Amino acid sequence: MIHSLFLINHSGDIFLEKHWKSVIGRSVCDYFFEAKEKAAEPEDVPPVLQTPHHYLISIYRDRLFFLSVIQTEAPPLFVIEFLHRVVETFQDYFGECSETVIKDNVVTVYELLEEMLDNGFPLATESNILKEMIRPPTILRTMVNTLTGTSNFEERLPSGQLSTIPWRRSGVKYTNNEAYFDVIEEIDAIVDKSGTTVCAEIQGVIEACVKLTGMPDLTLSFMNPRLLDDVSFHPCVRFKRWEAERVLSFIPPDGNFTLMSYHVNAQNLVAIPVYVKQNISFFESGSGGRLDLTAGPKQTMGKTVEGLVITVHMPKAVLSASLTATQGSYTYDPATKVLVWDIGRLNPQKLPNLRGSLSLQAGAPKPEDNPSINIALKIQQLAISGLKVNRLDMYGEKYKPFKGVKYVTKAGKFQRPACVAISHFST
Amino acid sequence: MLNMSTNASYNDQGGAEAAVEVCTEGTSTTSGTGAEGCVCLKEMLESNKESLKLEAMKRIIGLIAKGKNASELFPAVVKNVANKNIELKKLVYVYLVRYAEEQQDLALLSISTFQRALKDPNQLIRASALRVLSSIRVPIIVPIMMLAIKESASDMSPYVRKTSAHAIQKLYSLDPEQREHLIEVIEKLLKDKSTLVAGSVVMAFEEVCPDRIDLIHKNYRKLCNLLVDVEEWGQVVIISMLTRYARTQFTSPWQEGVSFDENNEKAFYDSDSEEKRDETETKPYMMDPDHRLLLRNTKPLLQSRNTAVVMAVAQLYWHLAPTHEVSAVTKSLVRLLRSHREVQYVVLQNIATMSIQRKGMFEPYMKSFYVRSTDPTHIKTLKLEILTNLANEANISTILREFQTYVKSQDKAFAAATIQAIGRCATNISEVTDTCLNGLVLLLSNRDETVVAESVVVIKKLLQTQPTQHSEIIKHMAKLFDKITVAMARASILWLIGEYCERVPKIAPDVLRKMAKSFTSEEDIVKLQIVNLAAKLYLTNSKQTKLLTQYILNLGKYDQNYDIRDRTRFIRQLIVPNEKSGALSKYARRILLAPKPAPLLQSAFKDRDRYQLGTLSHSLNLKASGYQELSDWPAVAPDQSVRNVEVIEPVNEWVPTVGKSKPAKSAKSEDKFYSDSEGEQVDRKGSKNSSSSSNDSSSSSSSSSSSSSSEAVSEPLALTPGPEAGFMTSHPSSLQVTVQPFGPVKSHELLHHMSGKGLSARYHFPRQPFLYQPSMVQLQITLTNASDQPLEGIHLGEHSPASLTLHRFSPVERLEPQASVTVSMGIDFNDSTQAANFQLCTKEAEFSVSIQPAVGELLLPASLTQADFEKEQGKLLGMNETSATITMAEGHCSSAVLNKQVRSMANLGEVITGHNNTHRFAGRTVSSGALVLVTVEKREAADATITVNTDKSVMASMLLRDLKQALASA
Repeated sequence: MIHSLFLINHSGDIFLEKHWKSVIGRSVCDYFFEAKEKAAEPEDVPPVLQTPHHYLISIYRDRLFFLSVIQTEAPPLFVIEFLHRVVETFQDYFGECSETVIKDNVVTVYELLEEMLDNGFPLATESNILKEMIRPPTILRTMVNTLTGTSNFEERLPSGQLSTIPWRRSGVKYTNNEAYFDVIEEIDAIVDKSGTTVCAEIQGVIEACVKLTGMPDLTLSFMNPRLLDDVSFHPCVRFKRWEAERVLSFIPPDGNFTLMSYHVNAQNLVAIPVYVKQNISFFESGSGGRLDLTAGPKQTMGKTVEGLVITVHMPKAVLSASLTATQGSYTYDPATKVLVWDIGRLNPQKLPNLRGSLSLQAGAPKPEDNPSINIALKIQQLAISGLKVNRLDMYGEKYKPFKGVKYVTKAGKFQRPACVAISHFST
Repeated sequence: MLNMSTNASYNDQGGAEAAVEVCTEGTSTTSGTGAEGCVCLKEMLESNKESLKLEAMKRIIGLIAKGKNASELFPAVVKNVANKNIELKKLVYVYLVRYAEEQQDLALLSISTFQRALKDPNQLIRASALRVLSSIRVPIIVPIMMLAIKESASDMSPYVRKTSAHAIQKLYSLDPEQREHLIEVIEKLLKDKSTLVAGSVVMAFEEVCPDRIDLIHKNYRKLCNLLVDVEEWGQVVIISMLTRYARTQFTSPWQEGVSFDENNEKAFYDSDSEEKRDETETKPYMMDPDHRLLLRNTKPLLQSRNTAVVMAVAQLYWHLAPTHEVSAVTKSLVRLLRSHREVQYVVLQNIATMSIQRKGMFEPYMKSFYVRSTDPTHIKTLKLEILTNLANEANISTILREFQTYVKSQDKAFAAATIQAIGRCATNISEVTDTCLNGLVLLLSNRDETVVAESVVVIKKLLQTQPTQHSEIIKHMAKLFDKITVAMARASILWLIGEYCERVPKIAPDVLRKMAKSFTSEEDIVKLQIVNLAAKLYLTNSKQTKLLTQYILNLGKYDQNYDIRDRTRFIRQLIVPNEKSGALSKYARRILLAPKPAPLLQSAFKDRDRYQLGTLSHSLNLKASGYQELSDWPAVAPDQSVRNVEVIEPVNEWVPTVGKSKPAKSAKSEDKFYSDSEGEQVDRKGSKNSSSSSNDSSSSSSSSSSSSSSEAVSEPLALTPGPEAGFMTSHPSSLQVTVQPFGPVKSHELLHHMSGKGLSARYHFPRQPFLYQPSMVQLQITLTNASDQPLEGIHLGEHSPASLTLHRFSPVERLEPQASVTVSMGIDFNDSTQAANFQLCTKEAEFSVSIQPAVGELLLPASLTQADFEKEQGKLLGMNETSATITMAEGHCSSAVLNKQVRSMANLGEVITGHNNTHRFAGRTVSSGALVLVTVEKREAADATITVNTDKSVMASMLLRDLKQALASA
């Protein structure tokens, strides 16, 4: 299926290549560069491209292009999903996925890619199995390795691939047995200029960090599972028990993983926790404009709004902004025309305000549309949908684990790192 | 000196530069010039120190990753292939696979290492040896590879077999002539029952012999049943293969007027043509049970986190499911839109194709397709496409309002696309044509040029479809003409004026006059339209325009562009009457001013449905190489029996089954077994269990993934026999209960359908430990709807006594008339025969029912050796011993019958004794786990002594009484 992989940085240099079948020359990427030239933004490059002999499927993440070459018919989503899995594995191993990190760990990267695909077909994509074979680098181990000349390879042969529970390695041991679940919800909404919600949805994920000895079999139940409109699971969750009893029954992978992601029925009214009053106008003369933004809490159920960041995509003609913020700090990037106002914690007594003037390119016509505004925020200890975990039971092991559940609400589209959210569309 | 000479020789090969670079940019242990550095990698590899070798290999891998040539180091590297250090070995493998093709002779040196490793006792080493061996693309070793693949295909370890499935594809691409041999291996591996192998072998099948559908027949049901437990990537491949398979084997479920519903599933369990009632009588179409099996088993995968799996299921439903069932996938597809941008792109493409044929599927989710300002352009355009497809009379106003915001977008390409979309809506929905047209005319005064240009183009198309009362609009556009600079828009306006010149008789000649002035500076398409306009005006209004036309034709005659020269010449001949062209010019008016058909504004995705959804070909809208055409449904289904298989089912403990009626294959042997429960719901799995558990010693390693295969279909309500089956059985059960073949199962009435308003319930004890709570007795309740109304919301209500703990069965949401469902629940009887009372509720009514268990059901068999038995019995004497002497009934004297009688009475395990006249049975109470030992000692004639040893004295006496009855009576 997947023939080759090229990693390409923002400026268009190929800095890593890997072939799973015979070698394909770099020149195949020229077709991709051509498409990249045409696109205004790197995001605009079509993910699926065609060349005379090959097909190119690429993803763009963390300012890097992952470009895979395939030769015959293959489901494009299959390839895309795999590439994203590669990125996630890198993030898991190295903490981030950037050109420098990949170059620094090129051997580990190569070993990972070698294990993840065999002849272009995915072999081991579960992080638990990969970690059994190739240890992630840590500062300590790197030091020890250089000093003693030992490797970051497991001496022991991995067994995870052999079991029918491929996501869990065997022989896990902890002194403190812990299981933590974070219920993270994101509101995704389009609000028009008058403040009316055009559409709003709640997306949630349950991120788990499970450190339990042996082969625990967990059952997680909710107080109000009916809230969940649409769900998708980590492969460890048993579909049939969910269908029959609405409980999550699973043998967890070891460590961090996303247990499920869900969607809360859109019919339930979504209360948007903050509001933003905006007033952005440009002078008729075309020489400048004025901006006035105020943010305030709306329905936060008594919790504090944190990490509030407001992003405004300015019209192209805006050259610079000279503003004063009563709280937080702002930056304006004249290249991307994005104004970011980082407010931080929202104080309901003293509403933060940002005002000042905008200067426009000389001679440019007056920009006509009100720019769209995105809001990112975070509320601790609150799942805005009201979803509550009822209990967590463990079978199969004798000890008593420590259990914890945390709720966080965020604003943002699902794409992480989340900062795209409540879009104010002007009307 | 030596250094110098080697250096020279490397320089010849031209790859030295690369090697030089490594050493200089590395942690240059050897300080020095590049020339020495080149040698240093080689030296490092040849040194005795592992760490140096490793360091060298790491640098070489770095070179390969950068795409630099490191092939000249091949001889030095290949020597390390047999190194003990695993990491070093792995890196050497990586190198070998990369360069073996270029250095074939040297690569052969390594082969023997792999051949040796193929015999290694460790499965992982065998697998990795096969992996590398098959990845070396050296044609000479094809026979060796073939042999290795054949051997590995029958390896004990499923992991090695999986690797051999991968190797098949590699060998095939190396040497396609091996096809026939490889197909044999594929055929063998397709029979494999391991979930590890399934995905890989189907992948090999798809690459090597996708046309050999006949290989799938026998494995079809197995693949369907294994599907849930196969790893994600394998699922995608299997699903798409099964889609193709199904299209060749089943008849179309899309026939006119066929409404198919889940009730027909029943037919699946019916033996042949026993009772096909209600709808099946009237309608000729009957879904093949195997077809239904596929649909049912793929549906849960819609919940997968893997977007490719979800898409695969969605396309399967789209291509295979009856029309009204397809909408089951909508929600999941919409979910994918919250994933990464690239995923959205592909999913939106597929939705766009789907939404043309089936608006209703996505209409409720219209808002999900609203464009966000942060979406990349290609996503925006696709969303626009879908919104346009979804537009109908009811929602058009909402959509148009949404479109209005898009037109103002800063992304001008997108704004232009929106205008086209508005045009499409206007033609498709006649109610809004005027509104749209007015809106578009307003846009003509927009400041942005692209918006105006696009509007003109769209208005032109719209006016053509609506050739009435548009002179106002044309006049308006003529006024704007001077301001518009985009060629396409100018050309469109000119065409409009020309086409409808009789409606704007005053303006048209004036426009022509202006154009005559600016003719030379116009773009080519505009020039062509000027010539057109001139010709049309000449025909309708020659008095005013004759000179102008001639002037323009003269300008055109000497234009640089030959198209324009040609057109001018043609027009002149056509419209200006002269002696040569008499015949044609008579018809000039009819030719030029013929009523023209309006252009069809239709979706770009209109014809994409010729490709299978979710494929690369669909995404690109052209046939990708290797694309497998999806065949049309056959008119007559091929023989169904090809898929029948004789299988010994693997053990399937712990799985409560849900049957809907009598199982299809109540085999004769079972009839014998269940003779006393005629006509009752029979736990078929249980019985299979008893017949096969003993002989099933699944040699296939640890993965006893005992999915039910063949006809045994795990029902939606049942637990998956998937991964859990493997570990559940491996648990050291705290009760140390052995599940032995147990005796017949009696079922008891719980609720009669007369008193239950149509709901009848029977229960039986499956005699297996209860999954959720070991101290509970497992019960299976078969609920049957004897009424002619569907019953809804069947669940357990309150129970008494209050201290009673029970595990409720999950509510049955809906029970169709005549259908039945089996649910399992657990009750902690606390080792007493006190009745458990509870309420069985439906949505409408509640019925109090009570279950009083026989004492024998409160036990679970225990396995003891004779010695243990005697030891335990020694501890339970005196107060704890009860015994009685009976005269056994005629037929009960033989050991086998006695055995059966006791075990049907009580859930005890037999203790194997050497004695012929003494039978011992052991068990434990379910709640407290107290031992219960029963000894039946045959005396002379028909006399026998029954002894019960247990510290539960009440139970002992009750058990004794029951046993006496069972053995004494006939």
